[in-house]
Amino acid sequence: MNQWEVVIGLETHAQLRTQSKIFSGASTAFGAEPNRQACAVDIALPGVLPVFNREAAVCAIKFGLAVGAAIAPRSIFARKNYFYPDLPKGYQISQFEIPVVSGGGLTIRVGEAEKHVNLTRAHLEEDAGKSLHEDFHGKTGIDLNRAGTPLLEIVTEPDMRSSAEAVAYAKTLHALVTWIGICDGNMQEGSFRCDANVSVRKPGDPLGTRREIKNLNSFRFLQQAIDYEIHWQINEIEEGRKIQQATVLFDPDTGETRAMRSKEDAHDYRYFPDPDLLPLEITPAWIEAVKAELPELPQAMQARFVTDYGLSAYDAATLTATRETAKYFEDCVAAASRENAKTCANWIMGELSARLNRDGLDIAAVPLTPTLLAGIVRRIADNTLSNKLAKEVFEALWAGEGKDADAVIEARGLKQISDSAAIEALIDEVLAANPKSVEEFRSGKDKAFNALVGQVMKATKGKANPQQVNDLLRQKLG
Amino acid sequence: MSLTLDDVRRIARLARLEISAAEADKTRDQLNGILSFIEQLQSVDTTGIEPMAHAVDVVQRLRPDVATEPDRRETFQAVAPETEAGLYLVPRVVE
Repeated sequence: MNQWEVVIGLETHAQLRTQSKIFSGASTAFGAEPNRQACAVDIALPGVLPVFNREAAVCAIKFGLAVGAAIAPRSIFARKNYFYPDLPKGYQISQFEIPVVSGGGLTIRVGEAEKHVNLTRAHLEEDAGKSLHEDFHGKTGIDLNRAGTPLLEIVTEPDMRSSAEAVAYAKTLHALVTWIGICDGNMQEGSFRCDANVSVRKPGDPLGTRREIKNLNSFRFLQQAIDYEIHWQINEIEEGRKIQQATVLFDPDTGETRAMRSKEDAHDYRYFPDPDLLPLEITPAWIEAVKAELPELPQAMQARFVTDYGLSAYDAATLTATRETAKYFEDCVAAASRENAKTCANWIMGELSARLNRDGLDIAAVPLTPTLLAGIVRRIADNTLSNKLAKEVFEALWAGEGKDADAVIEARGLKQISDSAAIEALIDEVLAANPKSVEEFRSGKDKAFNALVGQVMKATKGKANPQQVNDLLRQKLG
Repeated sequence: MSLTLDDVRRIARLARLEISAAEADKTRDQLNGILSFIEQLQSVDTTGIEPMAHAVDVVQRLRPDVATEPDRRETFQAVAPETEAGLYLVPRVVE
């Protein structure tokens, strides 16, 4: 398999987070009864005209800015003509020759390696309705609620070389569109779905014939479908057959891809500018206004976390996985003070994230607020709490016990003993009670020392700082 | 450029139009007549002129993002040939 090079490009449909449709005032809310959100424009009654939703353009501008792309001062809506019952106009309004966004790119990370994936374009278009093929007396049911929902179709260059890279790109894109708030990212509801163009070639050869896998709505399916397709294509070629360009569907039950019955002329969409819609003008002033609304982007934030808080690149990437996590971290640091940033990061990525996973909670809705966590972190920093005691305080606060860390420490008597005199007194007791260990240590057995530390910690009920016990014990025995 | 009968039949099929042999002949002649007008237009030198996507030089009006349309499903479906459970029914579509 090594002598084959895999070439993958992705087309992603991100459903834009608007209240109303791209060309009509019907609602886009998910889950309504069939056809209750399909107005005269959406069902294509004669005489209706599309009126463009300003917010869809704002979303496209935000995306263009976030990926460093060019935003067209004038872009054109075009008709993509094909017949299907869930497309009542007989054409989809899309953009063809002049899309709203051109170029730009995303940096992805696969393991330790970073890679830049170039974008070709991103264009605005409307979604089609839904066909329900369950048996309605041998007929097909049509729900047009989704018809006219605004989409941004984001197209990459054929830059990816493995399913792992394709998944890394899809995840990075997903994180970005949700971060900038233009898409809710809900893959089960179809708000973010990918088509993968896959081909194989011998390194250095021109591009092979590609097959397009349609409508992959999970990262796992994306990986499985591409892996199956690569394997299938290599096998075909090695057995002397040629790859035919085709559109294929992935069947999650069998894990296989299969060609859709290729309809003659299926790809002759006869695009032409839509005479019902005028050019979309985006002025520099409008772009500037949108830029001012744009949040700090994940990559910029990662760099800042590394320089400002001294975090590792890995920690910074983990903490900026979502905007909510990043906000939690920054709120926590603000309350715990900057020099404790690393401790805040450790607790959020460790204890807190484990808890969220276990209880299936979202960080935005977590009962343990950043301020409460910061309270624990401050008591670790000033040596009131050992790590072990801090975990106990965390448990208590998570369970809703006590109004803050100090209240839990007070109520449970968890204060770490840092008074040297008190610890020394306990050490003396332990040494007197364990003459054998003392002798063993003096004769060179280091293990005996650890046993003594353990005894002292036990005597303090775990409330002493182990490092301090260590130091004092060495002095005594020294 | 001029269209052949095969071109005309293909365009008709893409548009889901059924045309007889006689109609195909007539349509070819009419379409070729239109194309000859376009050829005449294309002979004009447009070097340095930005192509337009619309006959009038104005830009798209923008609508605020507000859901304004009421639910009129019952009215719309009253004229549909067949509906069930709120869905429009059409002849079975097989992928």
